[in-house]
Amino acid sequence: MGLLIRLCGISAILFVMGILLFIVREAAPVVVSGRVSLVQFLTRPEWFPTSEVHRRYGALAMIAGTFSVTGLAMLMAVPFGLGAALYLSEFCPPRPKEVLKIVMELLAAIPSVVWGFIGLTVLSRIIVTLTGAPVGVNMLNGALVLALMSVPIIVSIAEDALKAVPDSYREAALALGATRWQVTWRVLLPAARHGLLAAVLLGVGRGVGETMAVLMTTGHAVQMPRSVLDSVRTLTANIAAELGEAPAGSDHYRVLFLTGVLLMVITLAINVTADLIVRGVKRS
Amino acid sequence: MRIPGTRTVIEPSFWRSALAAGMAAMICAGCGGQSAPEGGTTLQIKGSDTMVNVAQAWAEAYHQVRPGVRVEVSGGGSGVGIAALLRGTVDIAASSRDLKPEEAEQARRYTGREVRSFVVGHDALAVYVHASNPLEEIAFEQLADMFAEGGRIERWSQLGVTIPGGGDKIIRVSRQSSSGTYEFFREHVLGRRDFRLGSRDMNGSKEVVELVAATPAAIGYSGMGYHEPGRVKMLRVSPGAGRPAVAPTMETAMSGEYPIARSLLLLTLGEPEGEIRAFLDWVRSPTGQTIVRECGYVPLTPDERAALTAGR
Repeated sequence: MGLLIRLCGISAILFVMGILLFIVREAAPVVVSGRVSLVQFLTRPEWFPTSEVHRRYGALAMIAGTFSVTGLAMLMAVPFGLGAALYLSEFCPPRPKEVLKIVMELLAAIPSVVWGFIGLTVLSRIIVTLTGAPVGVNMLNGALVLALMSVPIIVSIAEDALKAVPDSYREAALALGATRWQVTWRVLLPAARHGLLAAVLLGVGRGVGETMAVLMTTGHAVQMPRSVLDSVRTLTANIAAELGEAPAGSDHYRVLFLTGVLLMVITLAINVTADLIVRGVKRS
Repeated sequence: MRIPGTRTVIEPSFWRSALAAGMAAMICAGCGGQSAPEGGTTLQIKGSDTMVNVAQAWAEAYHQVRPGVRVEVSGGGSGVGIAALLRGTVDIAASSRDLKPEEAEQARRYTGREVRSFVVGHDALAVYVHASNPLEEIAFEQLADMFAEGGRIERWSQLGVTIPGGGDKIIRVSRQSSSGTYEFFREHVLGRRDFRLGSRDMNGSKEVVELVAATPAAIGYSGMGYHEPGRVKMLRVSPGAGRPAVAPTMETAMSGEYPIARSLLLLTLGEPEGEIRAFLDWVRSPTGQTIVRECGYVPLTPDERAALTAGR
């Protein structure tokens, strides 16, 4: 039994390593052989993988797309998520709290394709009416959907972090005559700041990795975004849309895997940062 | 200070984000595959989004004719269908463009067989604008200037058009690069030049028409079978400045007058036999061709049908 459990634990590491190896192995030849320059891949916006005159594999427009959509989503999701977590852990009476937590879990359980569908049919129309944008599928739409998707994650982790602040902190502050708001701003938020930062970073990780919902809501246009109403394409959506037709082993196929490596590096960096922050918390 | 719970949440989330990139791709690449229902044969057709609606109509009607045979249809684009055919995951690929030499070469190299192609109808590739757009006709040069890299037309006012719904910037609606329609448009209208960046690349023929219908300043291209009168308008197209513009209709597509008409193909690996053969024959029979017409496409010409019967 003990062996079995250990095996389960080790298998997680094996899977991650296996996936990483596989993706890198599929992507490496095109970079090693010099057919696609890594510098060009990272710094040029021109993406013409099936061109008949001049094939170019520049991912900059899609990197910008990924970061702009995620960034905008976090601008909306972080205040909402942290606010909701604060309410849940500090201000909410126990019975509505249970209901709210269940609803929050339901929110987290909605499949991303359903979110995409809502963005495509409902949000896009609202955006066109309110902003006068020519097209409703754009960065703002994708960011709204991503924000809605990452709020439950941010709330659940942030609430855990707030709950972990010992009650003695609260009691001490209240005994000194602090109001509830003063306790929240001056005591709780500073005490839980590492956990809250981890919550935000995991929300960002979710945003960067999300595929289906952004594929459906961002308009899928390769261009450097100039406003929140521009259509964009993200790295994930591009892989999903193009890998099916790229002949196995072709440059196009390998560059898509290179995009996968880039995505893994980004999400790995975010997760490691979040992990280090939490570790820092434990040490202090 | 300890934060119980936080670490346990990190790991599944790490998994999720790490896997998302790879998995999304895998799932996409691995679709298709044979399923074996009890007591019957299943034919898998995959490919052209232009042909999805007509292929589905065939599948339904064919089930009435031969209840023992189920025909399953999926889209994804002509390129996806041909790739699946070469991998052996489908029986028939639907394509709205001709087989490329390198695809034929791949088939020979990996499977040792030739790809056989069967013309099953024709389609006029229509240029759609919003129903309220006052524009009535457009020439190839103007389309290329709008859609191709280095083109100069970015605003409707450059064509002397004022959009009633407001908005002067042209919203270009295109297809994703696996689409046969995309490649056909690039070859025949853009003269093989690349599309300009910044077009909205939809993943289906219907989505193009839907987005154009919802966007007053949009222009897009899609099969004429997806026309929705009252919501979008099909432009008359001229193959060059000074030459007459022709409206896309059954007659002009059949006669070859309309400049961007193309053949709809079903492809098989090797000479089709048994149920596949029977299905292909039925598709090109008068019953199958009636369905082509009902779906808004152009059936085979009388000459083509005559050649077919003579060849057998």
